[in-house]
Amino acid sequence: MSTPLVEISGLTVSFDGQPALRGIDLAVAPGEAVGMVGESGCGKSVTWLAALGLLPARARIGGRVAIGGQDLVGAPASVLERVRGGRIAMIFQDPASSLNPVHRIGRQVTEALALHRGMTGAAARAEARRLLDQVGIPDAARRLDVYPHELSGGQNQRVMIAIALAGQPELLVADEPTTALDVTIQAQILELLQSLRRETGMALVLISHDLGVVAEACERVAVMYAGRIVEEAPIARLFDTAAHPYTQGLLGALPPIDGPRRRLAAIPGGVPEPWAMPPGCAFAPRCPHRAAACDARIPDASALVEGHRAACIRAAPATALAERMPA
Amino acid sequence: MLRFVASRIARAALTISMVVTFAFIVLRMSGDPAQIIMGADAPPEAVDAFRTAWGLDEPIWVQYLSYFWAILQGDLGRSMRDGRDAIVLVTERIPATLALTLPALAIKIGLGIPAGIYAALHRNSLADRIVMVVAVAGFTVPSFVLGLLLVLLFAVQLGWLPSGGQESWRHAILPVVTLGLGGAAVLARFTRSAMLEVLGQPFIRTASAKGVPWRAVVVGHALPNAAIPTVTIIGFMVGSLIAGAVVVESVFSWPGVGRLLVVAVGNRDLAVVQCVLLLVAVTMVCSNLIVDLLYGLLDPRLRGAARKAA
Amino acid sequence: MRPGGVLLEAEGLVRRYGMRRGVFGRTVDVRAVDGVSLRLERGRTLGLVGESGCGKSTTGRLVLGMETPDGGSVSFDGRPMPSPGTSAWRVLRARMQMVFQDPLGALDRRLPIAAQVVEPLDIHGIGDRASRAARVEDLLRAVGLRPDQGARYPHELSGGQRQRAVLARALATDPALLVCDEPISALDVSIQAQVMNLLVDLQEQFGTAMLFVSHDLRAVRQVSHRVAVMYLGRIVEEGEPDGVLRDPAHPYSRALVSAIPHPGRGGQRIVLQGDPPNPADRPTGCAFHPRCPVATGLCAQEAPALKPRADGRLVACHVAHGEAVAGTGLPRREAA
Repeated sequence: MSTPLVEISGLTVSFDGQPALRGIDLAVAPGEAVGMVGESGCGKSVTWLAALGLLPARARIGGRVAIGGQDLVGAPASVLERVRGGRIAMIFQDPASSLNPVHRIGRQVTEALALHRGMTGAAARAEARRLLDQVGIPDAARRLDVYPHELSGGQNQRVMIAIALAGQPELLVADEPTTALDVTIQAQILELLQSLRRETGMALVLISHDLGVVAEACERVAVMYAGRIVEEAPIARLFDTAAHPYTQGLLGALPPIDGPRRRLAAIPGGVPEPWAMPPGCAFAPRCPHRAAACDARIPDASALVEGHRAACIRAAPATALAERMPA
Repeated sequence: MLRFVASRIARAALTISMVVTFAFIVLRMSGDPAQIIMGADAPPEAVDAFRTAWGLDEPIWVQYLSYFWAILQGDLGRSMRDGRDAIVLVTERIPATLALTLPALAIKIGLGIPAGIYAALHRNSLADRIVMVVAVAGFTVPSFVLGLLLVLLFAVQLGWLPSGGQESWRHAILPVVTLGLGGAAVLARFTRSAMLEVLGQPFIRTASAKGVPWRAVVVGHALPNAAIPTVTIIGFMVGSLIAGAVVVESVFSWPGVGRLLVVAVGNRDLAVVQCVLLLVAVTMVCSNLIVDLLYGLLDPRLRGAARKAA
Repeated sequence: MRPGGVLLEAEGLVRRYGMRRGVFGRTVDVRAVDGVSLRLERGRTLGLVGESGCGKSTTGRLVLGMETPDGGSVSFDGRPMPSPGTSAWRVLRARMQMVFQDPLGALDRRLPIAAQVVEPLDIHGIGDRASRAARVEDLLRAVGLRPDQGARYPHELSGGQRQRAVLARALATDPALLVCDEPISALDVSIQAQVMNLLVDLQEQFGTAMLFVSHDLRAVRQVSHRVAVMYLGRIVEEGEPDGVLRDPAHPYSRALVSAIPHPGRGGQRIVLQGDPPNPADRPTGCAFHPRCPVATGLCAQEAPALKPRADGRLVACHVAHGEAVAGTGLPRREAA
């Protein structure tokens, strides 16, 4: 992989002594699209909120998040403020409540322009108009003067994306950007994110609970479970040869859209609570291949082939194979 | 917008007429005004003459209608005590009351809102806890208790300030502080909870994620939203500028509208009591109207609704 | 237990709401459901799919008699639905149950699960004390909970377990019909699969007919025998789920199917323009025509009827029926 744009290593987060992230290692290369998949509470959003210093003060954060040699964990506010919305922009799940209800759309876009590109007055307004145009909002000039409640959910999410683009970010983190939207609008937003990535060359991290959504928009995917990345692979490889039983379980839980109706391979049980983490592999209690060794210690992520890592002891033989190959 | 204002004014008129009616009924039911004013040992002929002179011998509904009719024509009646116009008696007391309530309002807003904001921004800190304890104490302790405590401390023990009367500005300090502290406590608690609610909203996180410095997030994004519920409370406080000092004026023997009311009730001086109540109702209703209009100004979601209705 | 005969039949259901525009505005007539007819056989599942505001949830409430239709009729078991609130309706309600999206909201936080499962038995006076307790145990087991979990309170259970508890309560009176309104959309992916499997198992075991209301076509295919696609208060297409997914006939169904996120699909996704329309501002003719890529002049004027194609699929589209040659879509009306 080329020099990463953002490199997360050993990132941990705990809230009031209870672990939410238990060591995240992830690198995002310039211009690439990475998906982060997992169920609610797995830590996929917390990873990026922690990276940008957006968690509440009671969160305890450890590890390193580097962008261009600058460590963001524990960085002073002035550094974080330049990165947020500048080098890394973030959009969220519920567009209607993510915009300030008492400010006009135009003001919310120009605020970001003033912060990151020093634009004010008519120039900022013109650029805001151009951005609304770029994200496909019809009649952009007039929409600058409306309030969020006058727009639909899909249009509000477009506005959020316009605000994110205002700082010309190198990375856009989209946290469940389509979950609150209707199916046909979800398709519009995914399409928009794809075309913007082509136009601007920015990298994309797409956080989603839906493997299908990630599969369409990303080249690489990291699957998270209980505060750790359990598998990381190019998207096609993940669908063909998922190595971690949890990933296999997620794939089996998706209802097929064609072929014979089969019983879904549901993963039994539920996600462990943060105060009752199993001693070894967190997935072991739900795993069909559980062995005694699984409870001994947390398995490390081992590389199966270049770019495919899985944190499962059953993936270990492949590691030995990989080690025999010349680096 | 016109329709919005018209409906509000109609509602206000209804409220005021209900207040007038209520005051009329309660006062007439609580004893014979003629007997009370003339004294228990007045000769029956004198009492009868008084009744005839003030129309108290008419059937009650005739009295009510003629009273209501007079109000509609702007005639609020005369004091049964000294025969002066009730409206004059009441209006000449207003400046004294405002001399207490206006500075008190400044204390409420100037102390309550910053304290509430500070507490919300430093939630669960020592400062937050202190503000909350003081705030709870401030509005659970009745104003006459607080007033008496302040008198005991500053007038009786320390002897720094006078305990009552209206001779100089120093006489106003204790009643103003009594009024101001209670209101500031209410406002601090309200502002704190409004701020906490807003700070938990996703758009605050969006603003931070845009790179807006925290201070600007608070001032530019949180405060304008938190102001919306807080304005309601301030509206109430403005509405009670005239009548909110009844107890405090009595404690500090301050010759304002409140004291006039207390005395007039004791005397069954009907016209004066009704005149004060009418004044109170009008200020309350007006401040509510202003609050509603301010809402529209602060919250574009309501403004849109009002505009569409026009 | 095997399917046999029609259990539920709805004919031309209409539900109007007076919606106020703004706080002081005049009321506008909104047709949430605008002439929906459907038929559900015993022991089968009909999936009702569409986007928010298409009237699918309202339809669910109408067939249960939880709302009174402004037009049309519902018959259950061959007899017309009695008016809501009457004793005849209450008796019938024991045979029809509803399951909602949010299990925590549907359960009483202050009562243990078992007490809530037994409640319908108490209300409808089914069995004596001992037999009720036994029935509750059976029900909990049937939905995959342990009988000892009956003593737990809702907040002590996970989201999936709560939805199981809701299902146990719904099944207590051995209903002939279960209306499930987005029963899985609040749950995590792996838990969704558990609940979908459970619904299929329960139908197998108890022969319950189900109306499965969802925005998720994949989930609908997984559990349903038939699927009806709704758009703005009307059914625009109805047929076998496999057929509809493989070869959707209505342009809206086509867009819905193509919007299903699916790994490895090429670039042939149909992305609809514009937002789902406002029911208060219904377009003339076919309600879908402003967003339709193949709309013609006829579509803007005349609403197409829902009628069978040669292969039996029900479709409401002029183009699909060959009444109009596929156009290139009409210029969109300026958004309000």
